[in-house]
Amino acid sequence: MTGAEVLLKALEDEGVELIFGYPGGVLLALYDALLDSKIRHIGVRHEQGAVHAADAYARAGNRVGVCLGTSGPGATNLVTGIANAYMDSVPIVVLTGQVSTGLLGSDSFQEADITGITMPITKHSYLVRDPRELPRIVKEAFYIAASGRPGPVLIDLPKDVLAARDVVAAPAVPKLKSYKVFGKGNAGQIEETAKAIAQSQRPVLYAGGGVINSGAQTALKELVEATSLPVVTTLMGIGSLPAGHPNLLGMVGMHGTVTANYAVDDCDLLIAVGVRFDDRVTSGLGHKFATKAKIVHIDVDPAEIGKVVRTHIPLVGDAKLVLEDLMSLVQKQDKPEWWNQLRQWQKDYPLRYDTDRLTPQMVIEKIGKIAGEDAILCTDVGQHQMWAAQFYPVARPRHFITSGGLGTMGFGLPASVGAQIAQPDKTVFLVTGDGSLQMTIQELATIIQHKLPIKIALMNNGVLGMVRQWQKMFYDERFSQIQLHANPDFIKVAEAYGLKGIRVTDVSQVEGALTEARDYRGPVLVEFMISPDEDVLPMVPPGKEITEMLGR
Amino acid sequence: MKHTLAVLVENRPGVLTHISGLISRRAFNIESIAAGYTEEPDTTRITIVVEADEIELEQVVNQLSKLVDVIKISNLTAGDSIHRELALIKVKASAENRSNVVDIVDIFRAKIVDVNRETMVIELTGEETKIDALCEVLKDYGIIEIVRTGKIALSRGPVPAKEL
Repeated sequence: MTGAEVLLKALEDEGVELIFGYPGGVLLALYDALLDSKIRHIGVRHEQGAVHAADAYARAGNRVGVCLGTSGPGATNLVTGIANAYMDSVPIVVLTGQVSTGLLGSDSFQEADITGITMPITKHSYLVRDPRELPRIVKEAFYIAASGRPGPVLIDLPKDVLAARDVVAAPAVPKLKSYKVFGKGNAGQIEETAKAIAQSQRPVLYAGGGVINSGAQTALKELVEATSLPVVTTLMGIGSLPAGHPNLLGMVGMHGTVTANYAVDDCDLLIAVGVRFDDRVTSGLGHKFATKAKIVHIDVDPAEIGKVVRTHIPLVGDAKLVLEDLMSLVQKQDKPEWWNQLRQWQKDYPLRYDTDRLTPQMVIEKIGKIAGEDAILCTDVGQHQMWAAQFYPVARPRHFITSGGLGTMGFGLPASVGAQIAQPDKTVFLVTGDGSLQMTIQELATIIQHKLPIKIALMNNGVLGMVRQWQKMFYDERFSQIQLHANPDFIKVAEAYGLKGIRVTDVSQVEGALTEARDYRGPVLVEFMISPDEDVLPMVPPGKEITEMLGR
Repeated sequence: MKHTLAVLVENRPGVLTHISGLISRRAFNIESIAAGYTEEPDTTRITIVVEADEIELEQVVNQLSKLVDVIKISNLTAGDSIHRELALIKVKASAENRSNVVDIVDIFRAKIVDVNRETMVIELTGEETKIDALCEVLKDYGIIEIVRTGKIALSRGPVPAKEL
């Protein structure tokens, strides 16, 4: 077998069905071997598309995503996507080509030190020097990527390693003597948490991406229903409790609901599950966050505990296992006074928007109704992303796919590719903006090439809306470089690639256009001409406490 | 406060970069770092001195522990331990003041490891402060260059760092 064949065999043994990739010089042996492999290759138009697609494939499909790029620029084009997966704890294995081992370090053609470049944004990385080690390395890489707190693992593959002939592979026995994965939480701490819940008058459960990563949604639902715990979520935690669930107060933080922010500020017990107290939640003011509360922090990554806020009950473990153990110790509770207060806030400070004109909030809410509970929503980054977080009724985990920690404009379109390939029978909607879409717009060709019936809802306001909103609010409307004057005709662009294009300019057309898009058998781009003056509200201004929201 | 950490790692390429990179990225200050082989052939021991308060230190240890190649981290400041550093000092020593330098070397229980007409190289092992003191005294004669290994440390008693 060649090194490339050993690699593909090892990937098959890990259950890999497909790879998102882009060929190149040092990968010739691998692409040749791919012709005879069971593994499907999804060709993209730019390596960034491959890594984001693998990322969303992992999120939507609950498995490890794999992407592949060639050495040098191919590898560096993957960097943004690796950082994105690292920040959002997504299990991907990134394969990069590398120049031959004999040329390493000599600044040879298309050489980049990708293991060095990605050191701070990978969970682990390998530079393979001996093709016989490939089975072990692949096995370790998949295990590291998916276990504990998931994350990207990179395997750098020199040309001669892939091209090596008559490789007698060593057995795939992992050598990971120091890698630890946490499972069950400490029984004493769980007992203490159960006691704290019983004693608390105003508890809040703060759910993040860790709930979704560990599949803890059922455990979470049972616990909060039994104990009447109100739930606030992070952006990454959306879907951990279905939209419309009576215990759900919405998203917390910069663009959270007033009720969620007030509740966190006022609570006497904060149970944080799979969150990292990001500054988009705490405003970077860890010491002023939930100051009246006893804080319980449940996380599979011990380094997160105590990183931002002082924790009273640290609980290292898998969210699902910890919540299940906790459930067995709690008594049924009501907390009527607290709920009266919360319902009053919900009544006084609802999320709202104008209904008499074409607003993005209304469009997004309508997409939710028309797409149905089983659809997957992908978003890009910017105002439309926050509106989606606020107004899209996400019913299930892994059905809301967004770039949280890194905030990567351009994530959306390739993410919709990965999500649709992971879940070919589901409707996939992408909500994007005219700024974000143009960062990876070439992937429209990928959609056509692989016959993916993705429905793109483009919120076109002709500006970089989020930056504009900040310039409007905090820089005296001194608008700088946010106008996208030379935008193309997006309908023509869509049609040129082979998508159906629908333009919506009036509120009366929204429902019809979305229904048509949903029922059309191929990919569609629906362009909504919205006002650049629409703001994302409420908003906690940067550096302010979470109770000091504008637009309450 | 300064803390001395014994970090046992898999002996793989890039592991030292990984550790120093992580510490600097998280904005902790490394005072010194020293690495070498150990009693186990595939393990490297890195002694790191960091300036950090208790909360920062916990973060450093937690973040480092996450690296797949890190086997074990022990805080040697927490228990009773032996701290040593080695320095080589090249100092001016002409015929007329050579005996004075030799006296100083004797007082510090240092060693002379190279002599020529104009200079000497002095070797000293000891705690950081002792080396600082010797350097201070030798300044009067003219120090040409100094090299220091950075601190290494070992706990007292029978228990090795990997079992602390």
